[in-house]
Amino acid sequence: MNAPRASDAAALMIAREPFYRSVHGEVELFEAAWRNRVPVLLKGPTGCGKTRFMEFMAWRLRRPLVTVSCHDDLTAADLVGRYLVTADETVWVDGPMTHAVRIGALLYLDEIVEARKDTTVVIHPLADDRRTLFVEKRGEVLKAPPEFMLAISYNPGYQSVLKELKHSTRQRFVAIGFDYPAADIEAGIVAREAGVDAPTAERLVRLAHMTRNLKGNGLDEGASTRLLVHAGKLIAQGVAPRVACDGAVALALTDEREMLAAVNELISAVF
Amino acid sequence: MRSSERPLPAADLEERFEELIGAVLSSRRTAAGIAQALAAEPRALQDFALRWVAVTAQSSPELAYQFAALAPSAVAELGAAGAERWLLAAMDVYDREGLYRASAELQDLAAYAARMREHGRGIAFDGVARVLGPFVAGLSGRKLRLEAAESAWTDTATLYLPAQVTLFDAREDNFRVYKLAAALLWAQARYGTFNLDAAAYPRAPHRLEVFAFLETLRLAAKLEHSLPGLYRDFLALAQPAPGPEFDGARERLAAPEATAADSLAELRRLPASARAPCWPFVGALDPERALAVRAERIEREKDALRRALASVPRDERADLNPDPGPLLEGEPRALPPEVARLVESIVQDLGEIPEDYLEPAREGGYRAGGGEPPEEASEAGAADADARLYDEWDYRRQHYRKQWCVLRERDVQPGDPAFAQRTLERYRVQVRQLRRSFEALRGEDKRLRGEPYGDDIDLDALVRARADLAAGGELSERTFVRRARHERDMAVLFTVDMSGSTKGWTNDCEREALVLLCEALEVLGDRYAIYGFSGITHKRCEVYRVKRFDEPYDELVRQRIAGIQPLDYTRMGAAIRHLTGILAAEEARTRLLVTLSDGKPDDFSDGYRGEYGIEDTRQALIEAKRAGIHPFCITIDREAGAYLPRMCGAVNYTVVADVARLPLKLADLYRRLTA
Repeated sequence: MNAPRASDAAALMIAREPFYRSVHGEVELFEAAWRNRVPVLLKGPTGCGKTRFMEFMAWRLRRPLVTVSCHDDLTAADLVGRYLVTADETVWVDGPMTHAVRIGALLYLDEIVEARKDTTVVIHPLADDRRTLFVEKRGEVLKAPPEFMLAISYNPGYQSVLKELKHSTRQRFVAIGFDYPAADIEAGIVAREAGVDAPTAERLVRLAHMTRNLKGNGLDEGASTRLLVHAGKLIAQGVAPRVACDGAVALALTDEREMLAAVNELISAVF
Repeated sequence: MRSSERPLPAADLEERFEELIGAVLSSRRTAAGIAQALAAEPRALQDFALRWVAVTAQSSPELAYQFAALAPSAVAELGAAGAERWLLAAMDVYDREGLYRASAELQDLAAYAARMREHGRGIAFDGVARVLGPFVAGLSGRKLRLEAAESAWTDTATLYLPAQVTLFDAREDNFRVYKLAAALLWAQARYGTFNLDAAAYPRAPHRLEVFAFLETLRLAAKLEHSLPGLYRDFLALAQPAPGPEFDGARERLAAPEATAADSLAELRRLPASARAPCWPFVGALDPERALAVRAERIEREKDALRRALASVPRDERADLNPDPGPLLEGEPRALPPEVARLVESIVQDLGEIPEDYLEPAREGGYRAGGGEPPEEASEAGAADADARLYDEWDYRRQHYRKQWCVLRERDVQPGDPAFAQRTLERYRVQVRQLRRSFEALRGEDKRLRGEPYGDDIDLDALVRARADLAAGGELSERTFVRRARHERDMAVLFTVDMSGSTKGWTNDCEREALVLLCEALEVLGDRYAIYGFSGITHKRCEVYRVKRFDEPYDELVRQRIAGIQPLDYTRMGAAIRHLTGILAAEEARTRLLVTLSDGKPDDFSDGYRGEYGIEDTRQALIEAKRAGIHPFCITIDREAGAYLPRMCGAVNYTVVADVARLPLKLADLYRRLTA
């Protein structure tokens, strides 16, 4: 039996305040959901600040944060835990979900639709008012402490029809919509995160809006705030803006030769 | 000198021409003249001419005759490779517009050569459109089309750009002219060059030119703030500098709030003698046509917006007017994207959303349809809306015949309702076997033993590992059982030959094979579609829907399978290209295109029979492969073999020698292909 060690929880605490700019009251909404033990679904395109938001909330609520990036091979056992064989015994090892329940953490399942379908079995009882986790292999039923919270994220933009979030799942959550912030706010974020001056940040945001105009028009996604921050960091390091944007924006967005040329033309028009 | 290098004498040449283009020769028009001329040329040129005369004669002997006459001067002027391109361009024209235009194209050798010389350093519209299209779309604003024209201008819906730009020696400089011209035309639409009253625009051509120039100054100033990189291009290319009389205008028009009306005011201030410098990227203005397009759009979008607003709650409508941000305002509004685009387009035209636009339409009061008129169908020969045009590979030219095949999708008329039932009765025993073998394939959970990680402990492996350890060996880490779901993420499209040659036995067997296959596929749960193809000539290729991907296997599909009939010919290339498009749109890890035919591709006209058809089909299959599709051909053809490896690739085909065995064979083949 390996009881959660205090050091584990401490390691998962966010020590310094992460930079997060609240846009439309999502901080208050999240906090209210947490106090009322309602799970939350973060919805929005890639790179618009969902993960950062979770870090910020964990810091604000002073709870440890357990993040799991879901992938198509992620099973319920990966979340709950498994027996491992060591030299002369088999040892139970908690999965991230069990661990998060034990220490009363915020559990964040990123890109939940990527996970295998059998994970819903363990998510559902945890996401409704039962708030229990059934550890089948040990015959253990864990009741989540009041500080525990489940949050999942979901990008409605690019997933295929095969990867829709089922209603039985999504209707257990309070949803918070995320989108790229308004131009001036986004420029502020880029300037601060990347350490570039305001005019450069403004140009980066202008470029992002141009690529977002191309969504569905040759690009699957426009440039995210995260990409802008990457480009900005390169520029702050002294890389020429066009080169930085080519690497951090154009090449990150598409492999297609002509589209690449078009994005590069946009870059050279802005810088 | 070896005999293969010695020039052919005129008599030999004449004889060859008689053979190749005898159809257009007569006693009054002989090949003697062209043979004489060609006899004086070196052997390489003679061979070149003869080869292409033979190729061209397949399409048009008349064109071939004209080519033969021009070949020596063409090669002298353009070189062999250039002459080849010149001839191919003429053949493209022939395919599209017929002999008259093609021979005009061919005869105008001097013009072609001049174009080519410019082309060498210049760039053509076709080369830049695919980059500038997304570029302009990225600049925001309403969706604009790009088209080639004599000169640069815009009607606010389409940006017309010159067919080529050859001003500079360097390609990049020519491209910059293109880009700047496109951006300034975009700016005309974006910043309201045509938002004045029709009467306000100057009538005299030279005054209109000066007005266009003043507008360019105003729009360039707008670019300076938002697109500084582009503005630098502008400064570099804006040569020669305008006369001093423009200095004041330039300063005043750079004000952020300057509009087209200010440009007009500046125009009035300038003396009638003022002339604008000739900047290569400044487009012409055609206020009359632009205003007509704008007026039509305003009307259409007003309707569309009012219809869209019927679904937006009243208190949100007031927020529609966006902040008058300088450029590229991207504030997320809680409006559906189509409505947001409409609003943006209307604000571009009118500066705001007028009050009366906010009255939602009542049901039925307005024309249905979105904000945009439907795309016009392509002009090339096909008037009706359901026709699609496909290129066809001509191996002799080693080039595509552009938009050559006209293809339509049709429904198969349902046939005998009892056919499927009869077939299932007849193959009762085999169907049971088929189902069983397909059940084994079905994606079910598999327990993988001896895995390095997993859901459970593999006791056998663990005991073994412990025993190994006790014996002084290494402790294996592979002691887990893992449940792995074997998923068949597969979309398969079956296409069936419906040509006349399948009449009788073959057709019956094809239909029976499809019935059995569907039974098997239903067990398997793979997504599948069935189409038939036939046609006669390139103007009438047809693809018949038997079962679409989104259709269930139901009574109607069974009847359609029964209704598959032998029809015309086997022009396979176009059908494969069309079905490739359908299959490529399916979301699946594996996409399979299975072609079932009874022999070589064949059509009764324009030489599709034989090698041409095989090469075109081969090319279509290569295209399919490039689109991420696995093509596979099943052929019922006893003499087949020789051409199949060439057409389909070494491993992507199979021959079913005995037609009677096809029904069972097909399902079995599919099982092997996808296991």
